[in-house]
Amino acid sequence: MFAKPSLLALGLALGLSSLLPSQADAHRRWLLPSATVLAGESDLVTVDAAASNGLFLFEHRPMPLDSLVVTGPDGEPVDPTILGSGAYRSVFDVPLAMQGTYRIALVSEGVMGSYELNGERQRFRGSTDELPAGATDIRTSHNNSRTETFVTLGAPSDTALQPTNSGLEMVPVTHPNDVVAGEPAVMRFLLDGQPAADLEVEFVAGGTRYRDDPGIAMLRTDAEGRLTLEAGEPGMYYLEASSTREAADGEPERRASYTAVLEFLPL
Amino acid sequence: MRVSIAFAFAATGLAATPAAAQEMAVSVEIPRLRVAEYHRPYVAIWIEDASGKSVRTLDVWYDVDLSPEDGTKWLPDMRTWWRRAGRSMKMPANGVSAPTKAPGTHARTYRQGSRPLANLPAGSYTLRVEAAREVGGRELVSLPFQWPPKASTSATARGKSELGAVRLTTKR
Repeated sequence: MFAKPSLLALGLALGLSSLLPSQADAHRRWLLPSATVLAGESDLVTVDAAASNGLFLFEHRPMPLDSLVVTGPDGEPVDPTILGSGAYRSVFDVPLAMQGTYRIALVSEGVMGSYELNGERQRFRGSTDELPAGATDIRTSHNNSRTETFVTLGAPSDTALQPTNSGLEMVPVTHPNDVVAGEPAVMRFLLDGQPAADLEVEFVAGGTRYRDDPGIAMLRTDAEGRLTLEAGEPGMYYLEASSTREAADGEPERRASYTAVLEFLPL
Repeated sequence: MRVSIAFAFAATGLAATPAAAQEMAVSVEIPRLRVAEYHRPYVAIWIEDASGKSVRTLDVWYDVDLSPEDGTKWLPDMRTWWRRAGRSMKMPANGVSAPTKAPGTHARTYRQGSRPLANLPAGSYTLRVEAAREVGGRELVSLPFQWPPKASTSATARGKSELGAVRLTTKR
């Protein structure tokens, strides 16, 4: 059911457009775990995956799980149990059999584009090698998308948090399962392994239905890609960032997006 | 050789521990609550140094024997203790883990040189007592103290919901 990294290409072919933000569909994409700090010999978290405007509301559509990748405390993949998708959300369970931190992510990467043939604009995914003869005005973009969250059984660990150096990523300076309301948490952003300087990051608390203020903090990373998150109230928070680099010198347009859910506990 | 090492250890132990060892007595009142569904609270008693770092966990009262369920599952509900100490400990911990207690006042005495206090270095500390109850609330009570005590002292702090009086008596 679930896509190992080697099966990503299949997932991409099936659902890439639905995994990437566009002007037409700028809904927030999120993975919401049932708990982030757990204890015991073993445990389990259940996770909702959805796209919506309100946080964390099931109101728009489920997130496809073809590209789900769960990394265990030892850096090895963990098999989640996919329970399925309803009208507004997908649900899966992640068994926690090992002490430490798990990274749960929907990850996609691929090339998308469009070309003109016989006066009509056509869209395509994958390599330009397979385009029909006579295609003109070929435009391509190289896209990465990552939607993730973190959970810890026992003491926090770092192995699962190592960057893949592909796309836009958050490298925690403050451990993502050691964040509490009222204490600053420092995160670092990378684009393809390099510091994502001057990156705009949206930071919003859940519970948007119950307040008038959208509560959106627009933050910006420094030259090292760092920024500080401060949650006034405990709760689940949503983070989003994206970057676009125009096509140039034969290189395709580069688009990368990142979203995460972090739980700030009360102290 | 073996004999002389044993003797050396004994001598060091004597030097660090005066004939009348310092001790701290802690009493914790668990209030009787009139609620529809009552479960005895989980309680953690620990010591933090002046920087807020946990240096000793003295007692953790929880469902040590909840077989076949895992009683440690709810330990993070004592969230301050969990973050500062519990998550890095192996539970159950010998001499620290104990079953939950009924409402009433429970007294514990910790002696310098004996586990779990062991040899607590001289300094300013805070005694913390945290309680978390299933289908109930959570509360943290703190009492600052100096170690070793220059004189016998006594201090009391009172919780408002999950804890009653918490009393710390130190003896030199």
